[in-house]
Amino acid sequence: MTDRPKRHDDDVIVCRCEDVTLGEIRRLISEGYHTIDEIKRISRAGMGQCQGRTCRHLIARELARALGVPQEEVEMPMFRPPTRPVLLSTIARGEGDE
Amino acid sequence: MRQAETTRTVNLLKEVDVAVIGAGPAGLAAALACAEAGVSTLLIDANDAPGGQLVKQTHKFFGSERQHAGTRGIQIPSLFTEKLANYPNVEIMWNTNASGFYDSGELVLEDEKRFMKILPKRMIVAAGASERFLIFRNNDLPGVYGAGAVQTLMNVYGVVPGDRVMMIGSGNIGLIVSYQLIQAGVDVAAVVEAAPCIGGYLVHAAKLRRAGVPILTSHTVLAAHGQESVTGATIAEVDKEWQPMPGTEREVECDVICLAVGLMPLVDVLWHAGCEMKYVPELGGHVPVRDENMRTSNPKVYAAGDSGGVEEASSAMVTGEIAGISAAKSLGHQAPGADARLAQLKADLAAIRSGPTGEKISAGVRCATVCGGVWE
Repeated sequence: MTDRPKRHDDDVIVCRCEDVTLGEIRRLISEGYHTIDEIKRISRAGMGQCQGRTCRHLIARELARALGVPQEEVEMPMFRPPTRPVLLSTIARGEGDE
Repeated sequence: MRQAETTRTVNLLKEVDVAVIGAGPAGLAAALACAEAGVSTLLIDANDAPGGQLVKQTHKFFGSERQHAGTRGIQIPSLFTEKLANYPNVEIMWNTNASGFYDSGELVLEDEKRFMKILPKRMIVAAGASERFLIFRNNDLPGVYGAGAVQTLMNVYGVVPGDRVMMIGSGNIGLIVSYQLIQAGVDVAAVVEAAPCIGGYLVHAAKLRRAGVPILTSHTVLAAHGQESVTGATIAEVDKEWQPMPGTEREVECDVICLAVGLMPLVDVLWHAGCEMKYVPELGGHVPVRDENMRTSNPKVYAAGDSGGVEEASSAMVTGEIAGISAAKSLGHQAPGADARLAQLKADLAAIRSGPTGEKISAGVRCATVCGGVWE
């Protein structure tokens, strides 16, 4: 684990669905995870109920700050269906009415 | 067995000329335009009633009469649905979410019970926007709300969120919701704004000031306090780099912290559809590159309302109608006088975006519009 000076707001929650803190995001960036997708796969940030709608731009902003680039240069994660979580029973039932 | 499954899928694949995702101001206007043009139209919305954000907008609209100025937001949805009811070529599905759009051109819908596959010839994405969140200590305490939730609680369900609210953000949503809180008998401790000046219309801010609410520009929230729920907050002044200035911290007593710090376009389905996207801060984030008819880089896909860039309900109704007329026209259908109407709508849109508050939006739209205004 990389040594990183502790910051006063490290324990602030960024991803509320998966309880990921700002400190954890910063640690991952310092360890070389430099895209939202990479951070998502390691930490689960953005994989909860809201599918990243709350934390995606906060992580993008943190990446932009840490890497010293404008936010528009931070690559967005891959957007895949479904747009919201789906019940397993819906999947099991399949298409149609029965 | 395999054969049967194939047959089943084919039978259930519903074909439609235009699928409109979202029945807020943009989607309603888009669906009505498609209906008038005579194309088969499927309007879907994840909620159980039409209107999107209009269902909580109890205030009267500004602007032009053509965009229902003087009418309260909550009265607008029924103006559309009454007209839509006259068209047998329109089908509406409530409580239905657009789950995904696939390379095959299939749109998958889901209503928490079943999946449905739709094969639309054109798709208009009018999904609206989501609220921005803010990073500060204890931002996960109960009592920290988004302004949309506060407005829904009060104006849809008649429930006040608390006794004393601190509003973060002085855009029109922050200002209007603050005033509505006061009307509901809730104390507004302050409106806190990080920018050096307010973001919304002066007329809304003036109402708050007359009611004695302090509007603290160049301020931000540093922390929420409380054990079980919010009992107060620490705010501080910020410098030109938006950094809190040490020594300016002070405590504010409140049981609600309401965040009205901006919206981001909901564009997931546009990403699925492979539309060329661009980060345009003036429009709230990533938006589809479009032509002046709201067509995206995918010739079958249009965007309308906040999904094309965060603006307001009046412009959403205009971009929705533009998208609806244009999508139908691309299929060879148009209502009498559609071309003149389209020209009128584009003029209306320019008028809505004129003036000092429209400058930022106009710059954003220019940035998001394909070179030359039309796709090759």
